[in-house]
Amino acid sequence: MKVCITSKGPGPDDMMEERFGRAPFFIFFDTESEEHNAVENPFASGAGGVGPRAAQVLIDNGAKSVVTGNVGGNALGALRAAGISIYFLREPGTVKAAFQQFKDGKLTKAF
Amino acid sequence: MNIIVASGKGGTGKTLVAANLAYALSDQKEVLLVDCDVEEPNLHLFFPQGGYELPVTTPVPVFDTDRCTACGKCAEVCRYGAITVLKDPPPLFFEKLCHSCGGCEMICPEGAIHEEERAIGKIRFSNPLDNIILISGILNEGEVMAPKVIAAAKSYAGGHPTTILDASPGIACPVVEAMQGADYCILVTESTPFGLHDLALAESVTRCLGIPSGVIINRFSEEDDQVMDFCRSKDLPVLMTIPFDREIARIQNTGGLISESMPAYREKFADLFSRVTSAGGFLS
Repeated sequence: MKVCITSKGPGPDDMMEERFGRAPFFIFFDTESEEHNAVENPFASGAGGVGPRAAQVLIDNGAKSVVTGNVGGNALGALRAAGISIYFLREPGTVKAAFQQFKDGKLTKAF
Repeated sequence: MNIIVASGKGGTGKTLVAANLAYALSDQKEVLLVDCDVEEPNLHLFFPQGGYELPVTTPVPVFDTDRCTACGKCAEVCRYGAITVLKDPPPLFFEKLCHSCGGCEMICPEGAIHEEERAIGKIRFSNPLDNIILISGILNEGEVMAPKVIAAAKSYAGGHPTTILDASPGIACPVVEAMQGADYCILVTESTPFGLHDLALAESVTRCLGIPSGVIINRFSEEDDQVMDFCRSKDLPVLMTIPFDREIARIQNTGGLISESMPAYREKFADLFSRVTSAGGFLS
């Protein structure tokens, strides 16, 4: 299963990003193989409507869950319509640590 | 002659100036007032009068689920993030993000998108006084496409020889939309650092658009050198000052017009108009 962690940088040792639509990178992990790949968010500094477009990136990359700090109204609608589960994590930490917490079932599904 | 009243900072007295200028001129000629502050139109407070309304609509895409293959081209072309394509049709559409560019309809290879009109606001027409016609643009609550409603209000006003437009605060798209095509811009500011800061921004917009402008300083303080210095440095004429005066506030707060209750202001505003028309190179 693929989970997306919003990130400030392209690697798993980078810090997690709290914002969803404006996260500079999306890091996709495979929960079985633990392999990951990073996708730069082309909408990180967009003027508006970044939420649904960021959700599109997740949909196109086949994510089933996302771990982030916060999700705006439009992005929430798009993620829920796409059946992507949303987990909030608001303590600063690395992407790798966030993934570990997700994998260990320590995060509560918000939506 | 199209005169736009703008300010940058909110609450400086744009509507006071627009309403009183119109009233002062209505002695001599018919004046068309256009409320372009469509998110919070308030000129009608000075000219309460029923009227009739016409809707303002904007085209938005409608998706044909049977034809859509969820190829994703419409979401790709949308610069506003208004479309999200899920695995199965139809795509998710966020109508309030849509700017009605029509790109999705053009690019859809399946012909699965057509446009339908969606109401986003209205235009209210009234004739509160013999020589005053009021056209108010009203954006529906929660909508963001203010420029569309402003453009509609202006198009109904098109061609009237004496038009006074009341802009919204700020210097973003709605103000640019309202200013475009104006012959002269009256910038209303106040004797505060905020007034000056936003005056500088608004002045830069009029300069970009090539609209001659002048300044009215409201709630004027005699010790206010900063705004005066700014106007001198930019070659901006100070057209009028309005003092920080309890009587003016009282009249204004009851929905009254100072150019009606204080005859001196009727003359001041009428005189302002003749100076503005000559500055704009117009013979009126």
